[in-house]
Amino acid sequence: MRKYLLKRIFYLFLTLFIVATATFFLMKLMPGTPLQNEAKLTASEKASILAQYGLDKPVWLQYFIYIGGIFKGSLGLSFQFSDQAVSYLIGSRMGPSMQLGGQAMVVGVIFGIILGAVGAIRKDTWADRLATILSILGIAVPSFVLAILLQYYLGLKLGWFPVAGWEGFAYTILPTLALAASPLAETARFIRTDMVDVLSSDYIELAKAKGLSKFGIVYHHALRNSLIPMVTLIGPLAAALMTGSMVVENIFSVPGIGEQFVKSILVNDYPTIMGVTIFYSALLCLLLLLTDIVYGIIDPRIRLSGNGD
Amino acid sequence: MENPENVIEVRNLQIDFHTYAGEVKAIRDVSFDLRKGETLAIVGESGSGKSVTTRSLMGLLAPNAVIKGGSIMFHDEDIIKKSEKDMQHIRGKDIAMIFQDPMTSLDPTMRIGLQIAEPLMKHKGLKKKEAVAQALEMLKLVGITNPEGRINDYPYQFSGGMRQRIVIAIALVCYPEVLIADEPTTALDVTIQAQILDLMKDLQNRIDTSIIFITHDLGVVAGMADRVAVMYAGKIVEYGTVDEIFFNPQHPYTWGLLNSMPTLDTEGGSLSAIPGTPPDLLDPPVGDAFAARSDYAMKIDTEQEPPFFKVSDTHYAATWLLHPDAPKVTPPAEIVRRQKKFAAMEKPEPPIKHVTKE
Repeated sequence: MRKYLLKRIFYLFLTLFIVATATFFLMKLMPGTPLQNEAKLTASEKASILAQYGLDKPVWLQYFIYIGGIFKGSLGLSFQFSDQAVSYLIGSRMGPSMQLGGQAMVVGVIFGIILGAVGAIRKDTWADRLATILSILGIAVPSFVLAILLQYYLGLKLGWFPVAGWEGFAYTILPTLALAASPLAETARFIRTDMVDVLSSDYIELAKAKGLSKFGIVYHHALRNSLIPMVTLIGPLAAALMTGSMVVENIFSVPGIGEQFVKSILVNDYPTIMGVTIFYSALLCLLLLLTDIVYGIIDPRIRLSGNGD
Repeated sequence: MENPENVIEVRNLQIDFHTYAGEVKAIRDVSFDLRKGETLAIVGESGSGKSVTTRSLMGLLAPNAVIKGGSIMFHDEDIIKKSEKDMQHIRGKDIAMIFQDPMTSLDPTMRIGLQIAEPLMKHKGLKKKEAVAQALEMLKLVGITNPEGRINDYPYQFSGGMRQRIVIAIALVCYPEVLIADEPTTALDVTIQAQILDLMKDLQNRIDTSIIFITHDLGVVAGMADRVAVMYAGKIVEYGTVDEIFFNPQHPYTWGLLNSMPTLDTEGGSLSAIPGTPPDLLDPPVGDAFAARSDYAMKIDTEQEPPFFKVSDTHYAATWLLHPDAPKVTPPAEIVRRQKKFAAMEKPEPPIKHVTKE
């Protein structure tokens, strides 16, 4: 286990290094400069500003300087926010993103489980078909479309929820819904497939032979056994939430990391782009590692019990 | 009930399965009795309908199964007419079941104590604590060593034989009147098989239950059953006491089954097999379904279905060979040897006196 963990952590850093490298060079290929009012500047002014930020050096040198900074534990300073540290920027914007992501995860997973379970229990009925259509929609409809629809109908037309902003719990509801759609759909599809399998297994037959009610069978036997493999969904769901957050936070003006990220890309704020990318990658890698560790703990029991894997 | 000694009376049961190809006539007019305290073995090859028959007793047929006719009387009530809710009160309490594969019949994520306790909580309304306490008694009864230490273990911590003991404990925890054992030893080693069979016989005496034992293994039947019913293509073709079926079989299919069973004094190196394959029950053959595979088939076998002919008070067989006008045939040598042994045996007293009706 120890050796395995060390190996995984090594791979984690290797992954982050590759991500950082790829992002750095891709970023440099983007058109434009961080200078906001480029047209008004004289050539010498431009040159002095670029020199101030080290942007006059060749790209490969900039790259080594940046990587060197990371090894010293610094993500650099933001261009757009008058030299705030990128790490501070991320830290100060983490709260809303985490709250939104957490709420969306809870809503998505709980309703996804319900939807998936209903589909499996009522397999091949209208309820199952409805659940399938909903989950396909959840996966197919991009979150920005859903976000705008929610904003327009529930926010603007009906006026039930604030349209945008971040001033209390009511403001979190629409973005949470928009963000939850994708994890909800993923969970529902996963649980349905899994539960259909479980419901046709021998121990469910034995549970029926015990005289348990349908609800008892699902609640005591089927659900628990379908939920264990869901651990593997943590990674993909987290990834879905991260990408979703960039769009959703922008549409609802949530002061989170995702919103910051998109803005930074638009103004070529290189250090912030790099910082957020590395932060997101690290978070995702950690979650995947955690998933594997958790599953490794549960897995031998399942494998040894003769259920295959 | 027609006979107060019977626990279950099945009459003219007919079950079809809806499939894309059409209606599969899986059970075609099956009738049998289960007596109090007896072990009735139902033997037959895969697809003969033995499992479907017993599943219908539990009300656990697949969703595409349709009961076309007949009745299953239990406590003077027809199980077929009962609602799912009523059946839930019978399952696990009055009629319990043991399944074939102990490796997959236990919930991998639930402690075995609770799995055994579940029927008690459901049917006797016991609290979890009391139920688990009784489950512990049951664990002792089925011969799990150190039951106190193992009651909170998960299924994967037990071997196959031990798991089947746990499955038996689950089935018997409410002291059911009827226990259906669907090939309970097929998935086990031979030595473990014997232990499980002994355990079942022992527990049958202790808690006074009737057993329906489904198997394709005639060797198991010999040691376990009081009476045997032989099924072929959705019908019972012969039934009688275990001695009658083993030593004085009448139906060519029973001959074939016994002939293909290895015995210690089987001569030569090869076993005889029954040629051909079972008929397609989408379109069951007219007459005796076994005729196409039988060396003893007559013209009438392909035209008209044979009724049950009486061999003794306890022994009936559905074959035209027993008709008074049928030519005398000599069964396979092995069967002749068995029949000689049967004739030499002291006429055994029928284990249970009764009247079998047609």
